[in-house]
Amino acid sequence: MAADAFLTWLRREGRIVIVGASLAGLRAAETLRDEGFEGSLTMIGDEPYEPYDRPPLSKSVLLGKASPAHTELPRRRPVDAKWRLGVAATGLDMAAKRVLLADGDEVEYDRLLIATGVRARPWPRQAEAELDGVFVLRTRDDAAGLQRRLMASPRRVFVIGAGFTGSEIASACRARDLPVTVAERADAPLVGALGGVVGAVAAELHRENGVDLRTGVMVTGLEGDSVGRVRAAHLSDGSTVETDVVVVSLGATRNTEWLAGSGLGAGPRGIACDAGCRAFDFRGIVTDDVFVAGDVARSPHPLFGYQFLSLEHWGNAVTQAEVAAHNMISSSTDRRPHMWVPAFWSSQFGVNIKSVGVPSMGEEILITQGSLAERRFTGAYGYQGRVIGAVTFDNSRWLQFYQGLIETAAPFPPAFLTVDRRPEGRQPVPADFPDPSLPTHGPTVTLSGYSPADRRLVFKPAHP
Amino acid sequence: MRLVVDLNKCQGYAQCAFLAPDVFAMHGEEALTYNPRVDEEQRENVARAVAACPVQAILADALDAPGEMAAAPGEEESHGR
Ligand SMILES: Cc1cc2nc3c(=O)[nH]c(=O)nc-3n(C[C@H](O)[C@H](O)[C@H](O)COP(=O)(O)OP(=O)(O)OC[C@H]3O[C@@H](n4cnc5c(N)ncnc54)[C@H](O)[C@@H]3O)c2cc1C
Ligand code: SF4
Repeated sequence: MAADAFLTWLRREGRIVIVGASLAGLRAAETLRDEGFEGSLTMIGDEPYEPYDRPPLSKSVLLGKASPAHTELPRRRPVDAKWRLGVAATGLDMAAKRVLLADGDEVEYDRLLIATGVRARPWPRQAEAELDGVFVLRTRDDAAGLQRRLMASPRRVFVIGAGFTGSEIASACRARDLPVTVAERADAPLVGALGGVVGAVAAELHRENGVDLRTGVMVTGLEGDSVGRVRAAHLSDGSTVETDVVVVSLGATRNTEWLAGSGLGAGPRGIACDAGCRAFDFRGIVTDDVFVAGDVARSPHPLFGYQFLSLEHWGNAVTQAEVAAHNMISSSTDRRPHMWVPAFWSSQFGVNIKSVGVPSMGEEILITQGSLAERRFTGAYGYQGRVIGAVTFDNSRWLQFYQGLIETAAPFPPAFLTVDRRPEGRQPVPADFPDPSLPTHGPTVTLSGYSPADRRLVFKPAHP
Repeated sequence: MRLVVDLNKCQGYAQCAFLAPDVFAMHGEEALTYNPRVDEEQRENVARAVAACPVQAILADALDAPGEMAAAPGEEESHGR
């Protein structure tokens, strides 16, 4: 079949399968229909629920302002799909163009979109992770369980890891007047994502709001009582914290295990794809019928030195899904690149935190507006003489402007003066990111380009 | 009725909290919290908030969409094309 005849056929009667029925999966399905795809669409999701939104789970839900069972995503339009919910995809046969399901079924496709996202990294010691009262927070079920415990007025909540999710959980506990202890291996919260200068502000926020924040410590073990309920956490500084709820907030693991042996370029860092969302096979050759979007994808970005970026960002999942869906049913010259500028928000302790670009690439930071002490500021991050990222605390209206600087590779430090520039914002200072070779709890942007030191990748050809 | 706010876009103008105070609330100076599931009686207020948001950050169910619910596991076959 000639290429355009194939496309016409694909758009009219082709079979598209989407694995991962969450934010990216749903938005891709809607885009496919919007763009006139009339063939069959199958949505496969291992959770038994229709697509729901996760950011409220650590915010409105824990604050008691929304129910975990009621965060389903609104629909932009009907998608007329066949929904296979509550069943995981367990394998992929790229040669036969088939997805294998946990219930033994197989689903054939002409185009496949993988949007399986990430899952919470569990507490590494399984027996301790299984103690009653130990939680992670990624899914609606996690949130429902945790919310129930918080409502039962626990004596103390213990959060392991002070990344965005861990900090939001601590914030919600304080808003409910629950005693909370946060343990973080780094010297401050949020350092993996925003560096030590901003991390110090986050640490003040925690402490002023009554969080018992312990930094520079590791949790060495969780202890249960005689009936298997968690009762204490032990720390590397020799201290012990009595607690009845533990939330493990140690970042995420990419859901790629089901692709082992498929021949796709999938591994612990995600699934590599080109800027048009087409997946690479393990040989580094781009596929033409397998696409990737959302948290599970990693793709090269021209603004950031063509580094492969893995983004655990809501907005990325939406835009990448739209680009992937468009490209799945378009001819090569009509395809679009996914060139989204990373953007992320969080709210904790009543402060609105937003970032654009890739702050974690920054070597230096300049407080261009406001002041750290007032916790209302804009910080610009510099990398090799250009602006590479920005963060705002309660100053989000300026973010768009800084995004423009990042997009145009404006010089760093910025030559101009800004309104509200303070004495502390006259000189850039080191942004103070931890050594990137040491793992931290989810920085939310991971630079995962090839590193010559990385010898962990093991290729498993599908057809040896 | 289901809704979601794109908080990347949201500039905290609080227009929505003014028009539909039972659904949207400010948490601190700038951060918005909202209830993603809204009672039908709030529909009009939400519609007003959607229209008034200066950056079009609020997405509510398209009026014709909610009919198509995802199938519960086991009954998916009946929802095929
Ligand atoms: C508590 C919390 C707070 C957050 N807050 C923010 C925030 O403030 N700002 C922000 O920008 N982002 C935030 N995020 C991140 C945001 O929610 C994600 O970026 C987004 O959900 C990614 O969507 P996705 O569709 O790529 O992946 P996911 O939402 O992870 O969905 C993947 C789906 O695929 C399913 N799946 C996995 N494996 C299989 C399989 N083998 N077969 C079938 N199905 C499978 C999963 O169960 C899941 O339902 C937050 C996330 C969480 C958990
Ligand atoms: S009206 Fe729009 S911009 Fe203003 S707070 Fe509401 S969602 Fe945000």
